[in-house]
Amino acid sequence: MSGFFKSSIGRKVAMALSAFFLMFFLLQHLVINLLSVFSPDAFNEVSHFMGTNPLVQFALQPVLIFAVVFHFVMGFILELKNKKANGVSYAKNNGAANSTWMSRNMIYSGLVVLAFIVLHFIDFWIPEINTKYIVGDMTGLHNGEFRYYHELVEKFHSPLRVGAYVISFVLLGLHLAHGFTSAFQSVGSSAGRKKVLQNIGKAYSILIPLGFIVIALFHHLTHNH
Amino acid sequence: MNLTLKIWRQKDSNAKGQMVDYKVTEISEHMSFLEMMDVLNEQLVGKGEEPVAFDHDCREGICGMCSMYINGEAHGPDRGITTCQLHMRMFKDGDTITIEPFRAAAFPVIKDLVVDRGAFDRIQHAGGYISVNTSGNTQDANAIPISKHAADEAMDAATCIGCGACVATCKNSSAMLFVGAKVSQYALLPQGQVEAADRVQNMVAQMDLEGFGNCTNTGACEVECPKGISLDNIARMNRELMKAAVK
Amino acid sequence: MALDSKVPKGPIKDKWTDYKNKINLVNPANKRHIDVIVVGTGLAGGSAAATLAELGYNVKAFAYQDSPRRAHSIAAQGGINAAKNYQGDGDSTYRLFYDTVKGGDYRSREANVYRLAEVSTNIIDQCVAQGVPFARDYGGLLDNRSFGGVLVSRTFYAKGQTGQQLLLGAYSAMNRQIARGKIEMFNRHEMLDVVIVDGKARGIIARNLVTGEIERHSAHAVVIGSGGYGNVYFLSTNAMGSNVTAAWKIHKKGAYFANPCYTQIHPTCIPRSGDYQSKLTLMSESLRNDGRIWVPKHLDDVKAIREGQKKPTDLSEEDRDYYLERRYPAFGNLVPRDVASRAAKERCDAGYGVNATGEAVYLDFAAAIERYGKEQAKINNIENASEAKIYELGQKIVEAKYGNLFQMYEKIVDENPYETPMMIYPAVHYTMGGVWVDYNLMTTVPGLYCIGEANFSDHGANRLGASALMQGLADGYFVLPYTIGDYLSDDIRTGEISTDTKEFEEAEKSVKETINFFVNNKGSKSVDHFHKKLGKIMWDKCGMSRNEQGLKEAIQEISDLRKEFWKEVSVPGGSEEYNEELAKAGRVADFLELGELFAKDALVREESAGGHFREEHQTPEGEAKRMKEFQFVSAWEYKGEPKDAVLHKEELVYENIEVKERSYK
Repeated sequence: MSGFFKSSIGRKVAMALSAFFLMFFLLQHLVINLLSVFSPDAFNEVSHFMGTNPLVQFALQPVLIFAVVFHFVMGFILELKNKKANGVSYAKNNGAANSTWMSRNMIYSGLVVLAFIVLHFIDFWIPEINTKYIVGDMTGLHNGEFRYYHELVEKFHSPLRVGAYVISFVLLGLHLAHGFTSAFQSVGSSAGRKKVLQNIGKAYSILIPLGFIVIALFHHLTHNH
Repeated sequence: MNLTLKIWRQKDSNAKGQMVDYKVTEISEHMSFLEMMDVLNEQLVGKGEEPVAFDHDCREGICGMCSMYINGEAHGPDRGITTCQLHMRMFKDGDTITIEPFRAAAFPVIKDLVVDRGAFDRIQHAGGYISVNTSGNTQDANAIPISKHAADEAMDAATCIGCGACVATCKNSSAMLFVGAKVSQYALLPQGQVEAADRVQNMVAQMDLEGFGNCTNTGACEVECPKGISLDNIARMNRELMKAAVK
Repeated sequence: MALDSKVPKGPIKDKWTDYKNKINLVNPANKRHIDVIVVGTGLAGGSAAATLAELGYNVKAFAYQDSPRRAHSIAAQGGINAAKNYQGDGDSTYRLFYDTVKGGDYRSREANVYRLAEVSTNIIDQCVAQGVPFARDYGGLLDNRSFGGVLVSRTFYAKGQTGQQLLLGAYSAMNRQIARGKIEMFNRHEMLDVVIVDGKARGIIARNLVTGEIERHSAHAVVIGSGGYGNVYFLSTNAMGSNVTAAWKIHKKGAYFANPCYTQIHPTCIPRSGDYQSKLTLMSESLRNDGRIWVPKHLDDVKAIREGQKKPTDLSEEDRDYYLERRYPAFGNLVPRDVASRAAKERCDAGYGVNATGEAVYLDFAAAIERYGKEQAKINNIENASEAKIYELGQKIVEAKYGNLFQMYEKIVDENPYETPMMIYPAVHYTMGGVWVDYNLMTTVPGLYCIGEANFSDHGANRLGASALMQGLADGYFVLPYTIGDYLSDDIRTGEISTDTKEFEEAEKSVKETINFFVNNKGSKSVDHFHKKLGKIMWDKCGMSRNEQGLKEAIQEISDLRKEFWKEVSVPGGSEEYNEELAKAGRVADFLELGELFAKDALVREESAGGHFREEHQTPEGEAKRMKEFQFVSAWEYKGEPKDAVLHKEELVYENIEVKERSYK
């Protein structure tokens, strides 16, 4: 089994498995964030639950971090290996004739998403960890109210941040546009080549980023005074 | 028609190569691409210069020998054909055509447009066969019925001509379409089952050893494959390897 | 030397079995100490190399291509015959034997052909066991199709790529042995001479085509499976690299060359389109199952078509001459290849050729499309179907059967064969002649074997469709591996053959001298210039029909051309590097000798048989006229110049088949 994950195909399977996990995470993250648009209270409550539930915090969160780190590190390793496999590059190469831009540029869309995640960590995750585990405030309260919704709104105040946010999610969309079906192919399922799954993939790669963008814009526009 | 050709010239595997410009005139649109190259070479030989070396043999799209990267695509701009079946009617008078060898670290250039595809053979040595001796008394050919569907699918995989267009086209120089096709041919047939696990593991290990890149499912290989080998074969190989790993 | 075919005694159906039972064997421990060289890795060479290695011999295999998988066997489309009688239509070993001998116009050796028919069934079993994906029917059993000149359905096929699949099967068997270290594979190597030590073949001199290095390789026996010599015509359906060099070099070292004039001109190829043409493309014989061949009846229509004023579809039925149906009502468009080719030439010579070069006839599918369309309309219960609907239904069926061939035609010619009839013309395809071998497939040099298309053995003066693949694999898988043991059993104590002997040295020296001559000769003409000129002489004077005067002229012209070649040939580049022009020069030099012997053989054979048609010898209706006194194999012994070659005759005796007039009327 260890030999399997050392092989080129094994590594692709591992990439795909981490991708499946991340795609599931994105979906649930979007659902929670959407609550902020419809009901600040519900958003606060779910956020508090996610932020304090030991199972989420000490089981799912490390898995998520591992998946993120793994997906990026392995992505880089494979990219470097693939570059090495190329040898001399072509004087003229017409990639557009046989493949999509998204499929040829996963590393770039991935890098933008990575930059975004760094920003996202600085914005939300580090302050959270600080408040909860360094300061030791597990109440989730600020001035007697749940602080989550307020913090969210606060962050979308800056048009710069919202702009970066929108661009990152467009790139994420492009990443997913290839990545969704590609992951199925990597784990040996031809399902990714069936119309149905291709359409689901298309819908997923458009709706998920669009959802996040809409939320950002919503908060930016409705609370910008 | 009159054309400008930009062709990769490289004396031998150790030499540094470069693109060199040539002009050819009075090219008929009915010529095949290689016949156009013949015209150029006849011209060069006439001037006492060394002709452009390129691999070619059957000139009917089945031996898999011809291997040019033409205007940024393996086997040129047409679909479902090899370079020898590409015809000049795909080009216009006055065109500039860029001609390069198939590129991949695992396909070193031998001379000009000729590359060494020995890595493909070595992958096949690692497991591209069914271990059966020639005896003349294996069981009767009709003793194992094979569904028409499986036989046809195996045949589709087996039509690979080993030209290397998939590797040349792939942005990662991955050989998975080639290896996947061979693994699939045997995986689809009952005769191939006995050795299935060892076969896929050994062939994939050799493929990695040869320095081919990793499949990122861009699908470019399938588009450029002169025989239309399906990407499904790569998925099948992935599946076979996973099956072998959990065995 | 008198020719001894070494055909075993006894009834024909027991000969091979009895012979195998009594043959000398080499025990497995001793096989490890015996080396065999195999030159060529097509169906014959590849299958022989794999089987010899399985048996335990150390095999060294040589191919000029970059991989054994690229040998030109790969281009065979239609199928492989085997007397399995899976269709229950009365096929049998005897019937396959009979069809092959008759198809070959009674010019092949009975015992060899019978053995071929006998092992044909083993081939199918073996290939299926190897994973060759033959076509199957819905019940999961093997499917068959029928081919020209026979009355049963015995052809096994893998789409239109049977040769490819069989070759890949042999290649896979080789791969297994290469992995085990039992075959040492030399890709991009060309054999340039055979080395004879004490009268036995003991090795070869080969050139590494990448580095230019001249190498010595020794063995206890040498097997040549280097294919046919159709490229002597320059234009043929052979691969560009296909050559006679290995076969010709052994001929020059003592192996007799048999029946060089027996050449198969395949009737359905895509016509030549211009002087730049480098090769011809075959369209499978299976097309003649449904296509009707015709030319216009009137010369003014021909003229109008050539000038583009009329289209073939403008001509009404009564203005068309379906000449095969007219001349051969019984077999119609499915007459054997030689007959169909000659008939096309006859019409074109009379001025009825339908393209600019005047060398093309129509192969028309309109009738088949209509017939299938009506049938489909009935099956689908469509009443009063419109013409367009019938056409649409019919086209679907034709597409399912021949789609890939139609697509290939369209890519090359840029015309849609569903809308306008295909144009076809005969082209050189296969050579029945080759190195003379006995029943053991050994040449006249001890320890030197020749298999597959390179030998002369099984097809007589004309080969039937789907028999070439059968013969290549029969020789390599099932015949040679047995018979070679009989010879090698004397070599178990010989030990490794040294390459450090004067015989190797001399052979290497002469090879190097020739190479140095080529790269240093300051000539003015390219190798292709000579090859094209030779091809034109061969096609004009030794082509589909031959006559005394033309052959005499050909002999003189080829001889003159050869002299000019050795004076004026120009080969750029050096000898110690990859140099395709140099490789070509050596091959054309050999073609220039073979070509003359070819013409001489055709001149001596004063009869018409199969692919050899002498205009002086025809019936009043223009059919081939065989002569009883030429019922022999012409085996030529090398004596320097081709004109000095000495003829040896192997009389052909038919004890199991009655020699009859071959009629397809």
